[in-house]
Amino acid sequence: MFRFIAARLLQTIPVLFVVATLAFFMVRLMPGGPFDAERSVPPEVERELAAYYGLDKPLARQYLDYLGQLIRGDLGPSFKYANRSVNEMIASTFPVSLQLGGLALGLALLFGITAGVLAALRPNSAMDYVASGISMTGICLPTFVLGPLLILVFALNLRWFNASGWFDASDRVLPALTLGIVYAAYVARLTRGGMLEILSQDFIRTARAKGASEARIIFRHALRGGLLPVISFLGPAAAGIITGSFVIETIFQIPGLGRHFVTSAFNRDFTMVTGIVVFYAVLIVFFNLLVDIVQVWLNPKLKF
Amino acid sequence: MTQAPPVTESDTSLAMAEPGSSLWHDAWLRLRKNKLAVFGGVTLILVTLFCVAGPWLSPYTYEQQDFAQYAQPPSAKHWFGTDKLGRDQLTRIMYGGRISLGVGICATLVSLTIGVMYGALAGFLGGKTDAAMMRIVDILYALPFTVFVILLMVAFGRNIVLLFVAIGAVEWLTMSRIVRGQVQSLRKQEFIEAALALGLSRRRIILRHMIPNVLGPVAVYTTLTIPAVMLLEAFLSFLGLGVQPPMSSWGTMIKDGAELMEEFPWLLMIPAAFFSLTLFSLNFLGDGLRDALDVRTSKD
Repeated sequence: MFRFIAARLLQTIPVLFVVATLAFFMVRLMPGGPFDAERSVPPEVERELAAYYGLDKPLARQYLDYLGQLIRGDLGPSFKYANRSVNEMIASTFPVSLQLGGLALGLALLFGITAGVLAALRPNSAMDYVASGISMTGICLPTFVLGPLLILVFALNLRWFNASGWFDASDRVLPALTLGIVYAAYVARLTRGGMLEILSQDFIRTARAKGASEARIIFRHALRGGLLPVISFLGPAAAGIITGSFVIETIFQIPGLGRHFVTSAFNRDFTMVTGIVVFYAVLIVFFNLLVDIVQVWLNPKLKF
Repeated sequence: MTQAPPVTESDTSLAMAEPGSSLWHDAWLRLRKNKLAVFGGVTLILVTLFCVAGPWLSPYTYEQQDFAQYAQPPSAKHWFGTDKLGRDQLTRIMYGGRISLGVGICATLVSLTIGVMYGALAGFLGGKTDAAMMRIVDILYALPFTVFVILLMVAFGRNIVLLFVAIGAVEWLTMSRIVRGQVQSLRKQEFIEAALALGLSRRRIILRHMIPNVLGPVAVYTTLTIPAVMLLEAFLSFLGLGVQPPMSSWGTMIKDGAELMEEFPWLLMIPAAFFSLTLFSLNFLGDGLRDALDVRTSKD
């Protein structure tokens, strides 16, 4: 197990290197610079700005400097927000996105697993069709359709929630629901499939023959194996929730990292964009690592 | 012993066509029994016809503004109402659908070409080359790709060709894995050995013998890639990074509608309904094809 984790950790290094390199060069090759918007800056000020941010050095030198910074965990100063570093901006906006993403994932697992298990227990029953129907709807209603629809119904017509903002607990409901429902749908499908496969196996029949209660069979024996497909889906789900947050935070005007990323890309805030991309990559890579470890731990067939 | 006659184009294609046609025929029979898939297929044909032929029948043009008819609800004159510039929404849905479906198909073709070529090559070459090529795919899988598409769109202007190249360039990974798996299992079969023994070039073996045999899974996955790609396009358009005005896709119409939904809900509902219906249909058709052709595609 230790060797497996060490090997997987080593594999993340080239991935992060590729991400940092791609992000750095793509952003630098963009036409237009971060200071274009400032009106008629005197040339000497512009030179000083360039020198402050290291933009006067050759590109290769800038790249090496940037890699050096990254190794120390320093994402550099922001181009647009004077006197603020990218690290600070991420530190102040990411908790919001983390809360939103965590709630969404939690909702997805709660609803998805419940619906999937219920559907698997009575295949081809009304419950099964309802669960499949909901999950198909969830898959075909993307966040940017569902979000405005939920606002229209629950905020503008019924007035149960605010249409936007991120102040009290009730403001969390609609965004988390919008972001989570698609994943709840996938989780339900995967749980149903996984559970159906496990429930038809011999060891479940043995457990039934021994007189184990239905609850014990499900929670103690079946779920462990039946949830494996769900666990392996968590990696892509986390990546999807991150990209989903771009849209959700725009729709609901939530001051999180996702909205900040989109704004920074429009503003050509070089260091901010590169920094956030690297940050997301680290996040995704480590989440995937975690998922792999859990998977090995849950599945006795995978031995390393 | 007489010399074997040289293998000609027609010989090989005849040999290929026999088992192939029966497989596809069986699949067609199975597909026809799947009501949801048939529904998806029929809806898809109708939506496509509507978008392609509709504008020829419509009395309004795509950009024609009529400020007297500003943001009207659906009526006999404007079946789907008008938008905030007094443009006929029915006509705009048709044109938007052309763009959405067009980007979906073009980007899927890009991803199909890259994925099939890459996967076939890796599976065919095998050994260390294969391992290295698949390692690259693994690394790319771990990247936050949508983020890069956003960067690309911001960096290099938002033109529509770049849009589907960018989307296609990130959607080929799964396709390459599927094709590689298929090719690997084909490689061990006798008819490929025979082709190798006959001294056919690798290029020819890949193009004429391998690719026709992996068409089933490829067809299934292609049908499932189109909705994924359309989703990504609409996602980008929603953020303001996709299709730019005066052109509009269903994604940009949903975005515009969402901004005005409080007063004029039909501007959101109608494009959203068309978009979701199309996604539904493509997914049902893809699932139906998968069952009919009996292929196992894993999404990751």
